[in-house]
Amino acid sequence: MIVGADRADGARLADQSVRRWAFLSVGVVAVLVVIAAAAGLREAAMPQVAVETVDPRTLHITGEFVEANLGSAVETDGTVTVRVIGQQYSFTPQCILVPAATPITFRATSADVIHGFLIGETNLNEMLVPGYVSVFHARFKAPGDHVMPCHEFCGVGHEGMWAKVRVIETKQFFDLARKRRRLDCAE
Amino acid sequence: MPSSRRLILAHFWLGFGSFGGALLLGVWQMYVRSPLSPWLSDPELYYRSVTAHGTAMGYVFPTLVAMGFGYAICEVSLDRPLAGQRWAWTGFALAAAGTVIALVPVALGRASVLYTFYPPMIGSVFYYIGVILVVVGSWIWVGLMAVNLWAWKRNNPGVPVPLPMFANVAGALLWGWTAVGAASELLFQILPVALGWRATIDAGLARVLFSWTLHAIVYFWLMPAYIAFYTIFPRAIGGRLYSDTLARQSFVLFLVLAMPIGIHHVYEDPQVGAGFKFLVSVFTASIAVPTLVTVFTISASAEIAGRLRGGRGLFGWIAALPWRNPIMLATAFSFIMLGFGGAGGLINMSYQLDTSIHNTQFITGHFHLIFAGAIGIMYFAIAYDLWPHLTGRALNCLGLMRAQLWLWFVGMIVTTFPWHYAGIIGMPRRMAYFDYANPALAAGALPVVLSALGGFLLLASGGLFLLILVRGQRSNRITADAYHFSRAAHQVTAVPAALNGFGLWLALMIGLTLINYGFPIYHLLARGDGAVPAVYVGAR
Repeated sequence: MIVGADRADGARLADQSVRRWAFLSVGVVAVLVVIAAAAGLREAAMPQVAVETVDPRTLHITGEFVEANLGSAVETDGTVTVRVIGQQYSFTPQCILVPAATPITFRATSADVIHGFLIGETNLNEMLVPGYVSVFHARFKAPGDHVMPCHEFCGVGHEGMWAKVRVIETKQFFDLARKRRRLDCAE
Repeated sequence: MPSSRRLILAHFWLGFGSFGGALLLGVWQMYVRSPLSPWLSDPELYYRSVTAHGTAMGYVFPTLVAMGFGYAICEVSLDRPLAGQRWAWTGFALAAAGTVIALVPVALGRASVLYTFYPPMIGSVFYYIGVILVVVGSWIWVGLMAVNLWAWKRNNPGVPVPLPMFANVAGALLWGWTAVGAASELLFQILPVALGWRATIDAGLARVLFSWTLHAIVYFWLMPAYIAFYTIFPRAIGGRLYSDTLARQSFVLFLVLAMPIGIHHVYEDPQVGAGFKFLVSVFTASIAVPTLVTVFTISASAEIAGRLRGGRGLFGWIAALPWRNPIMLATAFSFIMLGFGGAGGLINMSYQLDTSIHNTQFITGHFHLIFAGAIGIMYFAIAYDLWPHLTGRALNCLGLMRAQLWLWFVGMIVTTFPWHYAGIIGMPRRMAYFDYANPALAAGALPVVLSALGGFLLLASGGLFLLILVRGQRSNRITADAYHFSRAAHQVTAVPAALNGFGLWLALMIGLTLINYGFPIYHLLARGDGAVPAVYVGAR
């Protein structure tokens, strides 16, 4: 039999344990946020800062995404810029050639609908939205081949839209780069 | 609930019927893209099926369950007939007509754009009109819930709103506001292009608007399950709800926090800058708070029931719980799936981890575990709990119900755990087939086979569920006791004004939405240079 005073006591006790739990919940979440933010700063893994647009109707005739400019280019500071276009249902270039252990900037866009890609065995993962330029940075540790599928539904041929990224030795890449202005896997 | 029984049954049957059809398609998809089946000769059929599956499971099934359950809550917890029954039937008719109008062009292959629309791809205009009709039908429900609450409060000044109705209206208001994002995308961007009035569309802006809906819609789906945790589960197992006030706080937190966090769906997109992505990461993490609070309150409520049933000691109360009761079983399964699914959600919330799994099979595994698993199994529990009161007939095949719930739980684990793994090793989502002979993809074969096998278990469970409901409509008539919801251990006699209404929370919800979405949307509109030509799909 519960009398009035006991009831009030019970309610107060219940309130206390509730409050403890609520603080714990908020604390857990706060720790997670701090970890995520710290990881972002330490690994410099932050999203693209500025929004850039480009007209998909004129990609092929003007600007940085004309066909002759696609692929990997060596910059004056020794980094590499890779320009890629996604379209139904392939990427250009279809096999991207990059050096190991070198800072790389990807600049990519779509010529028609929404595409996306991820590069296998890495955390490189990006959406391509027609009208916008996706910019992100990468550094591959070691030579090797990676698959690069389109990961966003882009029409009936989506399942066939797979490309490749080939990472080669730094020296080999820069030797090749002296002979050709823009590089991809094609000899 | 004598006056709206037929109304509620109509909603449930349309909802669960769509679920049955969509489940069949989903299992076919799992099978056909696995190594168990040869490659599909026409991949278009796969995307047609995905579009129908997503549309029925995302827009029709949970919406109709929430609406039907909402009407039941309204009548039972306010203890008066539902005001505006004719409007409610109109809403139902719109939702039913919308379902048919949307799915016919999908079946014909004229709208294989997936339920997330993906402009600049544009399908048949009827597909979008159908979806809009479903949403408009549900908005009538939102209005009715608000009006019924308002009328009751006017007649009962100073009396705390019963918790079930409070939570129900929180869910309705959440949906009313979150649907505005996709509705804007459809009305202002997609429809003019689908009708041929305009030829270009800003796909980046469309993704931002859709994300406004896309995340909070999951919390709208979640609401009936959470309402069942708080207001059905403690009563069904012979216990009391641990804290009424804490329950109210969880629901208002969902209302405020669910909405503005959708931008985490565009973490990898080029049309939103880094600053907002960080802000959203913080908000997304904070949505875990009401769920953690719920886990505490419901576990404490179960402990009350266990101890009332004679359970002793630190863990003895767990053994004393009524494990043969389907509601007990469903809630326990739901909690397990919510735990794993929630942990996956915290991974998605972090931009840095999201880059490893964005748009991989991890994401599909995650939301199936949460929605079809943790939430879906509570929809079954809600139906089982209400059915005798709706049909006036006995529903006493308890063994069959337990088998159905076990099958669903095991099937869900077998389906989604390998699905997560396939994503972690880098399998992209939404592909009609994979070349498993390629050494780079071969590791995906086994998890996909396991997932497909899990799918067959789910199909068996879904079929069993519908069978149980049909049997419940044909069994012998009974006079069920009056339906009632759980009572709290300490019944509230007064609650703070803030927790008895929604004014403050609506203001916060809209304010936070404007903070999170105002700038990105304004920025894209002000630039005005993102429009690209539409790409029409399907034979025209």
